[in-house]
Amino acid sequence: MTVIRHRPLVRITHWLNAIFLAGMIGSGLQIYTAYGHIGFHGETFNVPNPFDASRMAIPHAVKLGGWLAGGLRWHFTLAWPFVLTGLAYVLFLVFSGEWRALLFRPRDVPGAWQMTRYYLRLRRDHPPQGKHNPLQKSAYTFAIVLALVSILSGFAIAKPIQLAFLTTLFGGYEWARYWHFVAVWTFTAFIVAHVVMVFVADPASLRAIITGRYRGRHTSHE
Amino acid sequence: MSDSPRILARRDFIRLAAPAVPIALAACGWDGGKQLQPVFNKVIGVNNSLGEELLAVRHAQANPAQIARGQMPSYFVSEGMPMLSDPSKWALEVGGLVRKPTRFTPEMISALPHINYTVTHHCVEGWSVVKAWGGVPFATFAAMVEPMPGANYVQFDSFDDGYMNGWDIASAMHPQTILADAFEGKPITAAHGAPLRLYSPIKLGYKLTKYLTKVTFTDKKIGGYWEDRGYPWFGGL
Repeated sequence: MTVIRHRPLVRITHWLNAIFLAGMIGSGLQIYTAYGHIGFHGETFNVPNPFDASRMAIPHAVKLGGWLAGGLRWHFTLAWPFVLTGLAYVLFLVFSGEWRALLFRPRDVPGAWQMTRYYLRLRRDHPPQGKHNPLQKSAYTFAIVLALVSILSGFAIAKPIQLAFLTTLFGGYEWARYWHFVAVWTFTAFIVAHVVMVFVADPASLRAIITGRYRGRHTSHE
Repeated sequence: MSDSPRILARRDFIRLAAPAVPIALAACGWDGGKQLQPVFNKVIGVNNSLGEELLAVRHAQANPAQIARGQMPSYFVSEGMPMLSDPSKWALEVGGLVRKPTRFTPEMISALPHINYTVTHHCVEGWSVVKAWGGVPFATFAAMVEPMPGANYVQFDSFDDGYMNGWDIASAMHPQTILADAFEGKPITAAHGAPLRLYSPIKLGYKLTKYLTKVTFTDKKIGGYWEDRGYPWFGGL
């Protein structure tokens, strides 16, 4: 059975965001390279940072812009369409009611546990689900939170005096910078897991996010 | 079924190439080329204007009493550290679109009322330090030379091999923008821009001209050493 799964706005914003996010991460890593440490100059913070420049150099292949100014120009240009498509997506979810199939709520906790058991092979049958299972809901809800943290910490780094309340919210400039990078690592992990799960768990969902049509195992919409 | 899922999946793979495009571009460190540079210029221009708007609306000041942290590196673009052969001959020329162009000698500057603060310094590279600075508010000099209407920008020149910066007048007139002659409670050294340098906690480090020679009020939006090489012009925090 083929069902219509994703409306055009969801599909368009999804792929635009894939492009913009890739550009934001690439140019962000280029900017990070200019000073690959967390903490005051000459007084590095003792925080977990697997990408500290003393430990590893960010490969040239994943950086965008060529040098610091080039990275800044990409980053500060792409930031706006990234925010706007994200905003369009969230507003669409809110006003179309689609958020009901995506927002992780306390009542999804038992279901999330059952899905975890299924993936860990502690349970044989796939728990019944609607459009998305509770673990998917938690991941997609988390992605929105992550985007929000990235955007707010980005503004906190860009305007630490005029938007000092934001910078303070993240614990000061150096900490805002740290949380901005933690968001990058987490986003990267999310993308890897997201793509792996598409192919491993439900390949039909790939067609759905491109054409809107879904012909897979989980055809129920709610 | 007219078409098999396998063929569809293959077609989908080709469509998946879309997000791979920026990744491939990243691999060449692409700066946007002739196609995107004008787009960048336009958007960054809007960002500059938004920065000016934000400053006008909020007009916030940095906390002036922070605890010193980190180490301030020395920075200049000349091959060797820029130093005056005869400091007694140095003076600051303040002119341009002003009623009373003035040549400020070190004695005149020392006699002007100074302010001190310990604030966070932000470098475009991403690092920060907290350091104590002392100097004369830019607004004090402006009041003495009396800028004419239309003097919406200021150009700061140095003896550091052509290093210079253009500023918007609002940022220059911000109460924490100073011409600094003291660093960490002592007279400023050549390593940090002696005898006089521009300082402000509301701008990124590359906007803060060291080794000052001349301040020019103007009606033209002047670029700057790094600004002309790609850094954002406003550079406001």
